[in-house]
Amino acid sequence: MAAGVKAAGASQPDATALVDAALAGDRLALARILTAVENRTPLAEAALRRLFPLAGRAHLVGITGPPGSGKSTLVSALIAAVREQGRAVGVIAVDPSSPITGGALLGDRVRMQAYSTDRDVFIRSMAARGHAGGLASTSTAAAAVLDAAGFDLILLETVGTGQSEVEVAAAADTTVVLEAPEMGDEVQAIKAGLLEVADIVVVNKGDRPGAQRTASQLRAMLVAVGRAGAKGAKGAGAGAGAGAGAVRPRPKEPEVLLTTATTGAGIPELLGSLDRHRARGHEASDTPARLARAEAQVWAILADRLRADLHAPAIREATAATMREVAAHELDPFAAADRLLTELRVPDPRR
Amino acid sequence: MLLARHNRRDMTDRPLKVLIAKPGLDGHDRGAKVLARGLRDEGFEVVYTGLRQTPDMVVTAALQEDADVVGLSILSGAHMTLVPRVTAKLREAGMTDVLVVVGGIIPDDDVVELKRAGVAETFGPGTTIAEVAEYLRANARPTA
Repeated sequence: MAAGVKAAGASQPDATALVDAALAGDRLALARILTAVENRTPLAEAALRRLFPLAGRAHLVGITGPPGSGKSTLVSALIAAVREQGRAVGVIAVDPSSPITGGALLGDRVRMQAYSTDRDVFIRSMAARGHAGGLASTSTAAAAVLDAAGFDLILLETVGTGQSEVEVAAAADTTVVLEAPEMGDEVQAIKAGLLEVADIVVVNKGDRPGAQRTASQLRAMLVAVGRAGAKGAKGAGAGAGAGAGAVRPRPKEPEVLLTTATTGAGIPELLGSLDRHRARGHEASDTPARLARAEAQVWAILADRLRADLHAPAIREATAATMREVAAHELDPFAAADRLLTELRVPDPRR
Repeated sequence: MLLARHNRRDMTDRPLKVLIAKPGLDGHDRGAKVLARGLRDEGFEVVYTGLRQTPDMVVTAALQEDADVVGLSILSGAHMTLVPRVTAKLREAGMTDVLVVVGGIIPDDDVVELKRAGVAETFGPGTTIAEVAEYLRANARPTA
């Protein structure tokens, strides 16, 4: 721990200098901050504390969908369209880490070469490092760094996802779910999970046979059904929640768009749709996505701090002993948690 | 097997980030892909950038990724033109601590020149992935 404290003290001036440089447009300083964030070093905390108040201006867009559905190619097409408008764009592209070796092959840049030397495009690959939700555990913090550095649009590309990796919806203001043509029937479209968190559904590879049909099936199932469900529950307007009691969360009604990312077809329409969604969300800072993101960040830090406290030299052995008792079924996990909280002298609010 | 487990323990704290790039016009990236995959299995985080990179593209990618290692794969014979440009531009960009290695068929005389230009090591045909991994682990200096 002594080493950790010393490192934290020593890194303080470094963080200030790095943050100043990054804010002045030094891209290497920006990259170094992202590395610190990714590795959760003491420097990262110091940097994030300074950068957080400057963030919150960018439009954070999550791009998710199955492997091979064209996420990276779509990101590349979006970069081109956004650069035509003169806006600076940051990309955080996540690929999975090996559960066996911890290594990773980060291949998203291959599709993003066209604008790779443009100063107002910053692309960073991240390995998920065992985090299961489709992003890395530090992706939200990395996005905040790019946000503070002045990038107007930040694209968060997830690992290839299946049906339930919905974390990106909390990390982003607008969530785009990609589908490839002929990936499933109407029943797939009405299953709970990933499609439910979409603000925009994109059927990519629009030049393939069946793309139109896939789009219209999704439209029928997501939009029409969502509307029919909403009609019954209608009373107040748009989720004002004035009435006490059960305000049930309503399904989103995503726009369904057709794109061919390789040719750029449908990309201007997607950009227009993103901008419309941004305009709707930006009026309030307490949109559900923003609150969820705030909560997720604070909870993650709380859990980290708790873990670090429980591994502090003074009580490390007591923690380990408690874990061993649970492993041997001599102590139940609830009693163990209570004991460890007492150990930390956290007053139990239930008592 | 024993080696793999040992490596894995080394890697848990902070995997090294390796950028693999193919500068120039040759279209043979099988070797680069095999190495990328092999280093992944050795516990590295490998960014693969694809074919036909200009020195500027390689340097920008290395900078944005804050790579610990830049591995250049060249089979076209243009290494004496391309590699010194990459190392010079890396220095210009302030990336003085990045480890640059080159893979390909490099004549011995050229190796001396390349090392003078800032290349740490070259790896010719017959090099095993384990050898490359061991070299990178021993010589890369992570920035954070």
